[in-house]
Amino acid sequence: MLSIDRSIVDAIVAHARRDHPDEACGVVAGPAGSDTPTRHIPMDNAARSMTFYEFDSMEQLRVWREMDDRDEEPVVIYHSHTATEAYPSRTDISFAGEPGAHYLLVSTREPDTEEIRSFRIVDGVVTEEPVRIVDAGVDPHAVQSYMFGQSPATVDYECSGR
Amino acid sequence: MAIEVRIPTILRSYTGGAKVVEGAGDTLGDLLADLDSRHAGLRGRLVTEAGALHRFVNVYVNDEDVRFLGALDAKLNDGDSVTILPAVAGGAFGFAAAAAIAAQVSQRAALAAR
Repeated sequence: MLSIDRSIVDAIVAHARRDHPDEACGVVAGPAGSDTPTRHIPMDNAARSMTFYEFDSMEQLRVWREMDDRDEEPVVIYHSHTATEAYPSRTDISFAGEPGAHYLLVSTREPDTEEIRSFRIVDGVVTEEPVRIVDAGVDPHAVQSYMFGQSPATVDYECSGR
Repeated sequence: MAIEVRIPTILRSYTGGAKVVEGAGDTLGDLLADLDSRHAGLRGRLVTEAGALHRFVNVYVNDEDVRFLGALDAKLNDGDSVTILPAVAGGAFGFAAAAAIAAQVSQRAALAAR
C-alpha cells in the first residue's frame, strides 16, 4: 500500500495536466527506510513525447546525489499516460530499476477525472497496490483509500498480453 | 589504480550489499571487467551481449554521463568516481518501443556473433 499526502498527489496531477499531451514524470523522495513520500521533485521529460518519458540523465544524477546527501530515497517514481490507462506498459516494466519504489501512474486521458494507480515492479513482475490518500492538513486520522481498476493484484507481464 | 564505484540498490546483490566498491582500469570497459572478476554477473547487467552499454542504466564518470565520453571507451584516471544509476524511462507506447529495443539488441548480438 502507498500512503501519500493529498497535497503531493494534487501537485503530481497538476504537473501531469500541465504537460499534457506529453507525458510528465518525477519523483517523491522520503527518508530512507520510512516508505513515506515527503518531497515532490517534478523532473523534465527529456523525451518530450506523448508516448515515452525519460529522465534527463544529468538532472537525475543531481537529484539522486541530493537524495543521498539528505539520507533520502526515491519512495515514489511517477509518470503520466496521456491517452491510455494508468497501467505499466512493457517499456515501464523493462526499465523499472528501483525495486523499493512505488511506481505511480496517472492517466490524464479524461479531461475531468484522473486515474491514479500504484504498482510495485520487481524482476518484471507487476503488483498493483492500494493508494491511501492522507489529508494531513485537515485531520491526520481522516483517510480515504482507493483501489482502482479491476485487474488482478499480481500480473506476470510475460503472460498478460498487454 | 583505485576508482570508486557507486552501486545502485538493484545491483547490490552482486556486491554483497555494498553501496561503494573499488576497481581499476584505464577505461570504463576495463573497470567493468575488473569488477566482474570479484562481483560475478555485475558486468552482464551493464553491458549487452553485443558489447554495448545497456539502455537501462546510466553510468557517470565524476559529473559526466559516459555516453558523451565514449561509453565503454571512456578514459579513467586514478581517483575518479564512477556512479551507476538505473535509467528512469518508460511510457505508454510500451509494446512497440520495447519490441524496437529488443530487435535492436538482438540485431547487434547477431552481428557480434558473426
